[in-house]
Amino acid sequence: MAMSKRKRAKVIRWVQYGILIAVILVVAFTANWDKIRTTFFDLEVAASLFPEVITVGLVNTLIYTGLGFAFGLGLALVLALMRLSTVRPYRWLAGIYIEFFRGLPALLVILAVGTGIPLAFNTFLDKYVALMIALGIVASAYMAETLRAGIQAVPKGQVEAARSLGMSPARTMVTIVIPQAFKIILPPLTNELILLTKDSSLALFLGASITEYELTQFGRVALNDSRSLTPVLVAGLCYLAITIPLSYLSRYLERRTGGKKIGTPESTEVKA
Amino acid sequence: MSTAEATEVAVEITDLHKSFGPVEVLRGIDLRVGRGEVVCVIGPSGSGKSTLLRCVNVLEEPTSGTVVVDGTELTDPDVDIDAARRRIGMVFQSFNLFTHLNVLNNLTIAQRKVLRRSQAEAEQIGLANLERVGLDGRESAMPNQLSGGQQQRVAIARALSMDPDLMLFDEPTSALDPELVGDVLAVMRRLADEGMTMLVVTHEMQFAREVADRVLFMDAGVVVEEGPPEQVIGSPREERTRTFLSRVLNPARVAEE
Repeated sequence: MAMSKRKRAKVIRWVQYGILIAVILVVAFTANWDKIRTTFFDLEVAASLFPEVITVGLVNTLIYTGLGFAFGLGLALVLALMRLSTVRPYRWLAGIYIEFFRGLPALLVILAVGTGIPLAFNTFLDKYVALMIALGIVASAYMAETLRAGIQAVPKGQVEAARSLGMSPARTMVTIVIPQAFKIILPPLTNELILLTKDSSLALFLGASITEYELTQFGRVALNDSRSLTPVLVAGLCYLAITIPLSYLSRYLERRTGGKKIGTPESTEVKA
Repeated sequence: MSTAEATEVAVEITDLHKSFGPVEVLRGIDLRVGRGEVVCVIGPSGSGKSTLLRCVNVLEEPTSGTVVVDGTELTDPDVDIDAARRRIGMVFQSFNLFTHLNVLNNLTIAQRKVLRRSQAEAEQIGLANLERVGLDGRESAMPNQLSGGQQQRVAIARALSMDPDLMLFDEPTSALDPELVGDVLAVMRRLADEGMTMLVVTHEMQFAREVADRVLFMDAGVVVEEGPPEQVIGSPREERTRTFLSRVLNPARVAEE
């Protein structure tokens, strides 16, 4: 049968719609809606979670994420500068660190820091500090590469102008290059913050007292108490309340910076 | 000011060589610039004239030879190059204003961070220089809100705010739309009249002819011809200079040949 290209595309599209509708219908008719309503949408259980799900769970998630992000960003900046250093051992060290921690599951790092450091150094490690370090280590490995790319994306002329005004290499880096690099990498940094928000849920593997519960831990305990899946749904909605605004922010920033691509040929090299 | 011998020496370049890998871009340049002198460097692209200029403040490290500015040898490996560059203003073809700072901060940041001037003093000097280049009132604009000609004039004001003894201009009007060239050249002309020592790489023959005390014609990494503008541009002795000038001054005729 001879069909025009346009007509064939149209037919294929309708077949796709048909499959989609069929799947929806099968799910709609086979699912036990009563059960779903009582397990996921139990309003009584949901109401019992408030206000603690916000005042404890959400707040702790934000604190863990915030601490980890701040620590990780500082660490990432040091690593990025090491990567760009003219001192070869610094470049190697930073490279090994980045490859190592980018290749490990975040959970392993959290367990290693949370249980390993107290054992190895015979000390007590505060939960907040442990998570700050562990999440910071995980995030820094990713952000270091982003930062390096951002620093290299600052046009060479900016460095030359600063040096011609008598600024030292370090001064040029701090006052001219890094501020411009941050402007370039704000969208990917926001994405990293979203990933870290979700990774903070791994805190539950370190065990915690009630006041230290973050959203996932909070939801899991409530799940055991209520024998309803509603807490999982509520915790999930709380995560989305954090991550969806962030992803809109990221897209807004991307548009504002003109979607400039990182790693243009005209890149920077500052001798450190 | 027309004779270099009579005045104090501002820049002294001796047997300067510069190679990029296997390519030798500068092949033995000797140049003296007297205080208050305006020297224009002309020549075809790839002749090494921009590299020469960038060697004067060591943005480009010479392969061999010496560069002495105001008695300080900048090619000495132990020289405090940052201190030396404070006295040498540089203006780039692509302006290179700091894109994350507004005009006023572009003018004050090096004054504050390098010369340790107070905020108030730096702003006062910055605003005075902004007025000098005819852009008073634009101090709170961001660089990308200005035309190319305005950006270049801000870049000149930024360099002037450091109170330089010497100004280097690297094809300052080459990236500008034709109608914006005049404003920038007018600022440079006024600067020359005020007695600033200037080394200018340019394609603006009219400017070189009227403002320069001396013109250098460079080709293939060497100075081919040098002298007062009326001689080098008006009646060049060297064949290479004549060929270059006829191409620059009558681009349409070359296309027909």
